[in-house]
Amino acid sequence: MAGWTTHEGRAVHLPQDNVDTDQLIPARFMSTPRVQGYGDFLLHDMRRDDAGVLRPDFPLNGPEPASILIAGRNFGSGSSREAAVYALVDAGFRAVIAPGFGDIFAANAINNGLLPARLGEREVAALVAELGDGGAPLCIDLGNREIQVAGQVFGFDLDEVWRTKLIKGWDDIDLTLQHAARIASFRDRRVADTVWVLPDD
Amino acid sequence: MLLHLSLWTFMCIFMEKPSTLLDKLWGAHEILRREDGTSLLWVDRHLVHEGSHHAFAKLAARGQKVAEPRLTFAVTDHYAPTRQRDRITDPDIARMIETLEGNARTHGLETFGLSDPRQGIVHVIGPEQGLTLPGLQINCGDSHTSTHGAFGALAFGIGATEVAHVLATQTVWQRKPAAMRITFEGALAPGVTAKDMALGWIARLGAGGAQGHAVEYAGPAVEALSMEGRMTLCNLSIEGGARFGMVAPDEVTFDYIKGRPFAPKASDWERAVDGWRTLRTDAGADFAREVIIDAADIAPTLTWGTSPEQAIGIDAVLPAPGSLGAGKAAAAEAAYDYMGLTPGQPIKGTPVDQVFLGSCTNGRIEDLRAAAAVLRGRRAQVPGLVSPGSALVKQQAEAEGLDLVFRDAGLEWAASGCSMCVGMNGDLVAPGKRCASSTNRNFRGRQGRGARTHLMSPAMVAAAAVTGALSDLREVMQERV
Repeated sequence: MAGWTTHEGRAVHLPQDNVDTDQLIPARFMSTPRVQGYGDFLLHDMRRDDAGVLRPDFPLNGPEPASILIAGRNFGSGSSREAAVYALVDAGFRAVIAPGFGDIFAANAINNGLLPARLGEREVAALVAELGDGGAPLCIDLGNREIQVAGQVFGFDLDEVWRTKLIKGWDDIDLTLQHAARIASFRDRRVADTVWVLPDD
Repeated sequence: MLLHLSLWTFMCIFMEKPSTLLDKLWGAHEILRREDGTSLLWVDRHLVHEGSHHAFAKLAARGQKVAEPRLTFAVTDHYAPTRQRDRITDPDIARMIETLEGNARTHGLETFGLSDPRQGIVHVIGPEQGLTLPGLQINCGDSHTSTHGAFGALAFGIGATEVAHVLATQTVWQRKPAAMRITFEGALAPGVTAKDMALGWIARLGAGGAQGHAVEYAGPAVEALSMEGRMTLCNLSIEGGARFGMVAPDEVTFDYIKGRPFAPKASDWERAVDGWRTLRTDAGADFAREVIIDAADIAPTLTWGTSPEQAIGIDAVLPAPGSLGAGKAAAAEAAYDYMGLTPGQPIKGTPVDQVFLGSCTNGRIEDLRAAAAVLRGRRAQVPGLVSPGSALVKQQAEAEGLDLVFRDAGLEWAASGCSMCVGMNGDLVAPGKRCASSTNRNFRGRQGRGARTHLMSPAMVAAAAVTGALSDLREVMQERV
C-alpha cells in the first residue's frame, strides 16, 4: 500500500447520520473477488432506484468524480465488513470527513490508505458552506492534519499512529514480524503459566 | 525482617491502583506497547468464516502459512443454506463455502463445516464448544465478536486486513479503549429480557454512544442473567458503538463451561476456575464513563426505525421527529418514510407480514424456549422462519419438542446459520414487507432490499406471530392464564 501526505480533490456531501456499512455495500455483493473492483457497489441501494438506474439527485451521482466524502455522525457503523472500505477506495475516494466513525470502519480505512478525518459538527457545516456549489477543490494535508478550502483552514482529528501509517503506507504484518522473538517468548510463557489456555479436545 | 517484608507486600497491594476487568484482560495479553500507545495483543482464539476469504487471499499473496493453526477455527455460517443443504443451487454461495473449507484444509484448521454436526453461528458455537473461556483474547472478522465478552473474555471484531494479520502472526495491534461501565440496578420485570436491556441503553445513549469504549455490564440485573442472556447483552454492544462488551465471570459462567468439548479438562479445572475468579473489576477502579440504569424501568422494547437507537417500549407512541434531539429529526423522518410508519401513532398493533427467530443475538436454546412458551398450542397469523443458532441447539430443541411447537404454529423449522439476519444465504425479506425479528440490525436493506425490520426479543417475535401485529407479549401471555 502506497503512503500519501497530501491530497487535492473534489468533495461530495452526504448529509446523513449513521450511514452503516450495510448501506456502504449491501451484503449480496460481498462474495465478489476483489480483483473485479468494488466501486460500483458503493452505496448501491441509495444511489440507484429499484430498476438499478442511478438517481440523478443523489450526491455521489453528479457528473464530476469526487475523491473526498463529507458525511454525518457515526459514519461506517455496524458490520465489520472491510468491503465497505474497498467500495469507497475502488470508487476513487481517499478521505471521508465526518464528526465520528464506527471504530472498526476507521481501523479498516487506515489499513487501506483511506483517511477517516474527524471534524466537529460545526466545522463540518462550515466546510460544506465553503464548498459552495461543489466546484471548490479541497486540499488535505496529513502532515499538519489540515483541510484547506477556498482559503479557509480546518484542523481535523486523527490518531497519531494512524497518521503515521497513512503517510508511510505501512504493512502491519512486516512491522509485527520484526517482533517475532518477543511474540514467541510471550506465547511460551503464556502456555507455561496458564495450563488450560490451549484448546483441549 | 519478615514483618517488614509482609508489611511492604501489604502496602504494595494496598497502594496498587484498582484495576478494571478491562485492565486485567488487556494486561494479560499485551506483548508490547509502542511509544505511540498502541498495544500488540496475543490472540488465544481466532475464529474465521466464509467472509474471511479476503484475508486468506492476502495470506496467500504473501506466501505465508497460518501461524497458529491449533488456535484458529473455521466456521461455515454466513452463507450456510438453511434448507436443502445437499444441493446448493446458487454457485456464489457454493463457492464461498468451498473457499472457506478449502482454506481450512490447506492450513490444517479445525473446521465446523456445513455437514458437521457441530455447525452453527460462530458466536453460538464458540461458547457451546468451550472454545470461549474467561480470560481469553478472542478475535473474529465479525462485529458481533463482542458476544464472547459475556464470559469475561476480551473479544472484538476485526476487519479483513486485521484477520490476515492474526492469521500470519497470532497477534493484533489495538489501542486500548476507554473503560465504560453500564450498571443495571434492581431486577427486570416479567417478560423483559437481555434484548430489552440492550435496546434500552442504545436508545438512551445512541448508536454511536459508546464509540471508543469497552463496555462492562454490571449490577444485580446482569448477574441474574443466564449465560445466554449475557451473550445477547454483550453481542449488541457494537450496535451502541462499542467494539467490546464484557461481564465478569461467576458461578453461572463456570457452570455453563464445565464439561464442554474444548473446555479445560478435570485435572486443570480447579486451577482454571481459581484464575477466572480474579477476573473482576476491583472496588474503586476508575471508569472513563459510568451509566446506571434501573432495570425495573425497562419495558419490552422494539425498534421502529432503521438504526438500533430508534427503539421504544411496546406501550409507547412513535416519537415525533422534532422530539428526538438535535440533528436526529431528518434521520427519523427518513426512517418513518422507509418503514411506512406515522409518528404519533402507537407502535403496538402495527401489522407484520412475517417473523424471524434466530441469529447470533437470539438463536440459543433459551431464546427458542422463550418463543415456544408463547407459541405453544397456538397458530401464527403470519409466516415465519425459525433458524436455531447451531445444529446442537436444533438437536436440543427437537429433544424438548420445541420444533413441534413451531411447526404446529405454522412456522418453518430450518437448519442453522446467520440466515435472515443478514440474508447472505438467500433467506430474505421481500421489499416493503415488515418482519418482527430477533436479530441485531434494523439497517435499511439488511434483511433484503426494502425490507422493514423491527428488532425485539424472541418472546416478542412470538407474540407478533400469534397476533399478526407488533404486540405486548405480557398481554399475549395474560390471555393464557
